[in-house]
Amino acid sequence: MAPMTAITVDIINKSYPAAGQAGLHQAIANLKLSLPSNEFICLVGPSGCGKTTLLNILAGLDKDYSGEITVEHQHKVAQQHKAPKIGYVFQNPRLLPWRTVRENITLTLPKDHDPKSVDALLETMQLFQAQHVYPERLSLGMSRRVSIIRAFAVDPDILLMDEPFVSLDAPTARQVRQLLIELWLQRPHTVLFVTHDLREAIALADRLIFLSSPPMQAISDIKVPIPRNERNNEAEVESFRQKLLQDYPEIRSLL
Amino acid sequence: MTSTKLLSHHRTLNLLSLLLFIGLWQSLALYLSDNSLPTPTTVAKVFWQETLSGQLPYHLGITLLRLVSSFTIAMLLGCAIGIVLGRSKKLDAFFDNWLVIFLNIPALVTIILCYVWFGLVESAAILAVVINKLPNVVVTIREGTRALDKDLLEMARCYHFGKRKTLIHVIWPQLHPFVMGATRSGLALIWKIILVVELLGRSNGMGYQLHLFFQLFDVASILAYTIAFVAVIQLIELVVLKPLDRRAGRWRR
Repeated sequence: MAPMTAITVDIINKSYPAAGQAGLHQAIANLKLSLPSNEFICLVGPSGCGKTTLLNILAGLDKDYSGEITVEHQHKVAQQHKAPKIGYVFQNPRLLPWRTVRENITLTLPKDHDPKSVDALLETMQLFQAQHVYPERLSLGMSRRVSIIRAFAVDPDILLMDEPFVSLDAPTARQVRQLLIELWLQRPHTVLFVTHDLREAIALADRLIFLSSPPMQAISDIKVPIPRNERNNEAEVESFRQKLLQDYPEIRSLL
Repeated sequence: MTSTKLLSHHRTLNLLSLLLFIGLWQSLALYLSDNSLPTPTTVAKVFWQETLSGQLPYHLGITLLRLVSSFTIAMLLGCAIGIVLGRSKKLDAFFDNWLVIFLNIPALVTIILCYVWFGLVESAAILAVVINKLPNVVVTIREGTRALDKDLLEMARCYHFGKRKTLIHVIWPQLHPFVMGATRSGLALIWKIILVVELLGRSNGMGYQLHLFFQLFDVASILAYTIAFVAVIQLIELVVLKPLDRRAGRWRR
């Protein structure tokens, strides 16, 4: 049985207290989402609308909110991991500058991990040559790829990705997107993917959730009907995008 | 190529400046021809005699031993307290006044009080030095802990690093420059205080010897001991601190 991780989000209120000139900022109000197990979900919304806040809450990094997050987690090896494993690709790479690329990845893994799986990921991301380099010598795009490997390597039950492909060049972005889907098909897990780019969202997601400007709420929740093997077809993606913009005019203001 | 050239160039300059210093000293001493400023050669002779007799190595060794033990205690305690205060706003607000008080007590007062309360014993001497140094370490490390990168700490929490891993791989590398700063300023501070401690209440060590020479107006011996001490501190910097700096900084571009 594949691991099952379903999440129910019910955030009544998340506010940042007033600080200096800035007044109280309500980031999220009455956000209700249900994220079924092993679904690939794209969150689309304007920048600064609180998507990162939502991911931080889901990752357990931010506990200062009112509401409830329920995670139903069942693993094939019963009770081996009580809490679901989370892979988080932050908006900035967040690598430890004093550890090499490889160390940055293996530090998140248990001591008895299989080095071959790390090798394979490094190979696919074209970072095998750079594995013993310190992050300060990497370009931003390379650092991003390292942080993506780090999230993949832990075999997450929930994968959180915060605009992970920004500043990757187009061919690399396409490649990493392909890899992400392959890994996800091989080993299904729940993915929450934040993006601005509607085409990217359509190419990747089972479901699109559109979010409003703060206080953030879910505006619409749309299934992507394009079959997985048609996702590389740009015409198909584009026509679905046009249809979306026509059927849901409220989306247009968000993009 | 160029960097080694530059380095040798740098070394020559260093050597030249040192020679110039000794030359100035020699000519001034010859010009004054007074007991209160002996020539470098006289000082070198005294240095050699004292070394051969075993007096200088013995007293220097005793002082270094005190230095190492008080320094180690002050650094370990200071790092621990500094990290705790840097992490907890409440504790910091509570103990901040204490820190300010201890920072501002003159070194001489702590030394006298330690001797008065605990007697003229070794532990009182060490304690006096530790109390003098500790607040400085705490303040420096607290500053470092406050400046820790929150993004990296979040990353560590998200990937379940645990306390030990977080300390070794996330917190310690960020504190390292602060610890080195505390070490450098600490060595300079401690070795000045330790001489006063010895002068006031110990019957061996550099401070005790200097006091003796002062009573005899033996400037040559005072200078010989001073040079030995400065040399040892420089050696510590070269052999211990510099390599540590290099090792810790190798990830930097």
